Amino acid sequence: MSQISPVLWQFLVKWLTNFALFPPEASKIAPQMDALYFFIVLVSLIGLTIVVLLVASFSILYNKERHPNAVQIEGSTLLEATWTIIPLGLFLVMFVWGALIYFRVFTPPANAMNIYVVGKQWMWKAEHEGGQHEINSLHVPTGRAVQLTLISQDVFHSFSVPAFRVKREVIPGRYTTVWFEATVPGTYHLFCSQYCGTSHSQMIGDVVVMSPEDFKKWLASSTSGASLAQDGERLFASLSCAACHNTRPDARGPSLAGVYGSKLTLATGQAVTADDAYLREAILNPSQHITQGYAPIMPTYQGQVSEEGVIALVEYIKHLDSDYRVQQTTTTTDLLPESEGHAAPAGQQTVTQPPTTKGKVNP
Amino acid sequence: MWLFLLTEVMFFGGLFTVYMIYRNWYYPAFVAGSHQLSIPMGGLNSVLLITSSFTMALAVWFAEARKKSALVLCLILTFVLGVVFLGIKGLEYKEKFEKHHFPGTHYSLQSFINPASDPVAVAAGDKALPQDTAQRTELFFSLYFAMTGMHAMHMIVGMGILAFMIFRARAGAYTAGHTQFVEYFGYYWHFVDIVWIFLFPLLYLINRH
Amino acid sequence: MSSTIVSLPDQSTARIPKDNYLTRENGILSWLLTRDHKRIGILYLISMTFFFFIGGALAGLIRLELLTPQSDLMAADTYNKVFTMHGVIMIFFFLVPSVPGALGNFFLPMMIGAKDLALPKMNLASWYLYMAGGLLALWAMITGGVDTGWTFTTPLSTHYVNTNVITTGLAIFIAGFSSIFTGLNFIVTIHKMRAPGMTWFRMPLFVWANYAASILMVLGTPVLAIAIVLVALERTFGIGVFDPTKGGDPLLFQHLFWFYSHPAVYIMILPGMGVISEVISTFSRKRVFGYTAVAFSSVAIAVFGFFVWAHHMFIMGISNYAVLVFSLLTMLVAVPSAIKIFNWAFTLYKGSITFETPMLYAFGFMGLFTIGGMTGVFLGVSGTDIHLTETYFIVAHFHFVMVGGMLMAFLAGIHFWWPKMTGRMYPEKISQLAAVVTFIGFNLTFFPQFILGTLGMPRRYASYPPEFQILNVFSTAGATILGVGYLLPVLYLVWSLKYGKIAGNNPWQATGLEWQTQSPPLTENFATPPIMDHEAYDYEWLENQKEKEVASVR
Repeated sequence: MSQISPVLWQFLVKWLTNFALFPPEASKIAPQMDALYFFIVLVSLIGLTIVVLLVASFSILYNKERHPNAVQIEGSTLLEATWTIIPLGLFLVMFVWGALIYFRVFTPPANAMNIYVVGKQWMWKAEHEGGQHEINSLHVPTGRAVQLTLISQDVFHSFSVPAFRVKREVIPGRYTTVWFEATVPGTYHLFCSQYCGTSHSQMIGDVVVMSPEDFKKWLASSTSGASLAQDGERLFASLSCAACHNTRPDARGPSLAGVYGSKLTLATGQAVTADDAYLREAILNPSQHITQGYAPIMPTYQGQVSEEGVIALVEYIKHLDSDYRVQQTTTTTDLLPESEGHAAPAGQQTVTQPPTTKGKVNP
Repeated sequence: MWLFLLTEVMFFGGLFTVYMIYRNWYYPAFVAGSHQLSIPMGGLNSVLLITSSFTMALAVWFAEARKKSALVLCLILTFVLGVVFLGIKGLEYKEKFEKHHFPGTHYSLQSFINPASDPVAVAAGDKALPQDTAQRTELFFSLYFAMTGMHAMHMIVGMGILAFMIFRARAGAYTAGHTQFVEYFGYYWHFVDIVWIFLFPLLYLINRH
Repeated sequence: MSSTIVSLPDQSTARIPKDNYLTRENGILSWLLTRDHKRIGILYLISMTFFFFIGGALAGLIRLELLTPQSDLMAADTYNKVFTMHGVIMIFFFLVPSVPGALGNFFLPMMIGAKDLALPKMNLASWYLYMAGGLLALWAMITGGVDTGWTFTTPLSTHYVNTNVITTGLAIFIAGFSSIFTGLNFIVTIHKMRAPGMTWFRMPLFVWANYAASILMVLGTPVLAIAIVLVALERTFGIGVFDPTKGGDPLLFQHLFWFYSHPAVYIMILPGMGVISEVISTFSRKRVFGYTAVAFSSVAIAVFGFFVWAHHMFIMGISNYAVLVFSLLTMLVAVPSAIKIFNWAFTLYKGSITFETPMLYAFGFMGLFTIGGMTGVFLGVSGTDIHLTETYFIVAHFHFVMVGGMLMAFLAGIHFWWPKMTGRMYPEKISQLAAVVTFIGFNLTFFPQFILGTLGMPRRYASYPPEFQILNVFSTAGATILGVGYLLPVLYLVWSLKYGKIAGNNPWQATGLEWQTQSPPLTENFATPPIMDHEAYDYEWLENQKEKEVASVR
């Protein structure tokens, strides 16, 4: 609809925004959702006007003084059909339109930049792949699809950015995702919109949208020194994962090189795609996610690794694009089966940098 | 009464739905949990309860036939069978407490990660479960206690009403043509029986050979 | 020609009939142990008014806090308890029992020509259960409160709060039984106790509406019961059904909870719609346009209402395909409500309309429910729901349908049937004023909240960004006016008990069976059991009756 009259649209939205009656449109999906919103507003206004007009005009025309004798009318099947079919038709149009938008919001494009967000009582922690960590804020660039992978450490929260028109429940126990593409630089509200206890109203923050250049500068200045994947590698080492997950032919666990995004067959015969959710489940509930051909001996890490830790591990595994990479981890962190029991000292990390663009995941 | 029983269907239906979902997700854990239940005890309970439904139906018959002493006898029999049922249930619960299979802070995974330590598990031929699967057995027992507990509560209420009815029946209240109370209670009792008939195979008979 | 249809007996000679349900027996025990459905209706009315004002006071506290952007009036934990209790009390102890408990109990038997409900003792038990639940909820509030929100979302309610969750859950569980028994009673009564000649399609639409609501009460409430039981078990024993670390799924609670709580909203609104049918018909002197359509739409709302629960969960991570199904079904459930609104509007066509207080409330209902219903469409459409869910848009939506809709209908019903229940008329001018004040106050309170929601202000927030303040101030100002609008009826209705004009049998010249007998009615309702030999809303039959009517004073 914004193509129909960009001038009118700009006027409507800017005017409403300036009067603090409408949130700013700062993402690509926002005008699309607003178009549907205003359509429903229009239909509602028309419906309301019809009802009010009917009631008002009948009240005036047929009030007792003017029309003392009521005419008993049974009904009219034609009218019933009309006011059944027309509303139903309009509702179905809205349904289809809304469903299209809904699918668009929750189907991220393949090249989206991924940011992990962990919600906990009562703050948001955002983790960029490059190792930038934010609390109660989220920096994103314009012109780039950004996918958020969300999880809660405790109760239900909801990540809400009204200016982007996106909102997603943040649940303990599984990842949820949402994506957007920011269009207008600025600072916008971030709210938690699922009641989560005492300081629910304080669980707010800022989403800072920057131009791509400014964003690059920000990334460079805010990095913690290690990317998420590097953190994950460290954790992988300290938890002795490579004792089983290495590239040796007699390894007790499958090699994780290139596993991200691939199709696996489980011991139960079920076929799964190894995405973020699968990897998380495999770390926390391994006995239900045993790859075919391997014994169910992986211990669970539930309680031993936090959600941020799991995210770091998942990131590390995502970037394991070759056997060589796996070997780097095992050799430099000194964790071949022979050296079992001699865990690598914490803090040791590999020298190589992970790829800055999302690496190829399938060999 | 039928309407009330419909509400009970919805109530237990909710519990059954929860059970079916988790059984579907955690089948191996549920198998191991189910093997911990005693089939002889559960089976005996089923026989007892079905018999009590029979005696209840007889009671309704005798009420309509205006045979007071037979009616009272059948009501007493139904009551006694209910008592024995609850007694056996109590024994089962006690055993579960002792083996630390009651969900909560004292729940023990020993029987599942180390089946050799538990003769019941050995008898069922259970293999050792990994830690995280073993932990799901707590969910099985939660549902076991919730479902049989709810069922037992319904039985206790029923038996309270039965006791009341026995006194009234001895005074001749139901053998003078007003049999409605007995008849409606009969529906309730049969319903409680039917719930058990569903509970027993779902809880006790998972993957038994 | 007067502009009112009110037809009162000559006030100089009129008297309240000596023998009526209020005077038949005396003493507090005759009330507390009564089997009379009318007395039980009055008991409900008094107790729910009490709970309403407690819930209303809590609402006042919420609006006071929200006058300023900071959380400065009370501690955050206190605020959380206030809005939780406001929701629990208003929903479970006012809205759900309101029309069925007070008006349904009183008038359902009379409307079908029966002398009481099918199970009078169960009816009394229903009230006691309601009181027990209500008092337990108040106890929970006084001894520390609950702060989970009325929705008891897990795992917050099971693992993360130390407040009186189980007590409140138990209170709701008990009140649920009250609801189930009332529903059971109504269904059996309607099936088994209609007077000779009272076929299904001669019953007043108020009866149809309560029938549909009763089906929902009977089938839906037990699922809430089990959800509460599981939360209590999880809190006490840590059974793990809703705990992800033990393999449970917190989303399962959402499904179980909303499976009841969505039909619950239809339990709340359907009886109110029944009242509107009665009022609009009477004050336009016409049968309801499309009687069959309105009757069937009540049942349709009840049936469809069971299949839309997950529209409360669109952003919670349920599959996209589930979202499609539930969004589509939600569109379908919106249609019968639209049908009713248009049928009521067309009832006015070629009628003979007057604007007494009940009619004013009914008009208010039609406008406000239309807005509330349409804003429901915004939320049922999955695309817009993403932006609007969990914001003040939802708060505004449900207050429009529940308060602008249901509460207005309840007040319409109270004013409509007050002469029949008490034998007295309330003062007309002040009651019309109260209706208008309520309407204005309501709009000022809740319309700004739609805008706040669109702006993104989340619900259940004690503090908010400063740019939202002005709309919040409007809302609080409106709430003050609304409070006055609700207080006035209590005052003048109580006043009318002693000083109101004598109403006579049928001050509104209405057609229902309840209007063909004395006001207040006899304990057994009818001196001789009526025979229904005419259609519902048969104003021609009424004309014939009037010619034969003798004002009887006993």
